[in-house]
Amino acid sequence: MTGFSFINAFSGGIMIGIATVLMFLCLGKITGISGIVGGLVKPASGPVGWRLIFILSLMVGGAVYPSLWGRDLPVELNGSWVLYFVAGLIVGFGTRTGSGCTSGHGICGLARFSPRSMVATVTFILAAVVTHTLVNVFTG
Amino acid sequence: MEKQNSSLPFSNILVIVASGVLFGLGLSVSEMVNPVRVLGFLNVLGSWDPTLIFVMAGALTVAVPGFQYAKLMHKPFLSIEFSMPGKKDLDKKLILGAVLFGIGWGLAGICPGPSLVALNSLDVRVVAFVVAMLAGIFLHDRIFPD
Repeated sequence: MTGFSFINAFSGGIMIGIATVLMFLCLGKITGISGIVGGLVKPASGPVGWRLIFILSLMVGGAVYPSLWGRDLPVELNGSWVLYFVAGLIVGFGTRTGSGCTSGHGICGLARFSPRSMVATVTFILAAVVTHTLVNVFTG
Repeated sequence: MEKQNSSLPFSNILVIVASGVLFGLGLSVSEMVNPVRVLGFLNVLGSWDPTLIFVMAGALTVAVPGFQYAKLMHKPFLSIEFSMPGKKDLDKKLILGAVLFGIGWGLAGICPGPSLVALNSLDVRVVAFVVAMLAGIFLHDRIFPD
């Protein structure tokens, strides 16, 4: 995690912002990752082509990052795969129940001043802070 | 409901690819693909990592004017209509879902976008997360078919 600055965080954020604006102004689509993936799991809900292309492109972005930026993709994980499996299950179920995740509610929703998204974003950040804090308390 | 179209125009594909790659790069550059960064942000009682705030600030600096400008447009540049989320009410499902998502996010430090980008690490734990996430979505849609 050396050589990292908040300039990177802010410019990475700008890139994400441009990506969501491109999708919305050009195609009228909300860039909510859980929603885009959800439409792939449940193909009856509409066309899947653009969803597949988007998800693959998203992964390509991470794949080309090391050669473009000259750094390894920063992914540090702690704990067993069981933890990640359980977390993934809850994230998948929860994002469908709450109609969105960090991208759909946290960026697109906030940007269009959606009251639902404001409530959802505050709620999931609070729930995450409480969960992480409790895990820290019980595991040391 | 979205229109069923058999083939996407090339211009649309270009936008989707550009947006997807840019999004994936942005998550990597900002290190939101790194669960340690996200958990550091959630660690309000310990050594707090404000990175996520700067990422959100960067994203919203572009997204707020972009999405507000869209309100002046009759239709998107390259398609027929804006597909807006239909729900308007603050219902129990929204809160319950956000709480659940927050719990999962707080456990692993991974949310849907970063999980897909982090697959590039080829770590089996990321694969476990993504497979379970797909299962969670599937399960939800089986229990609550709308």
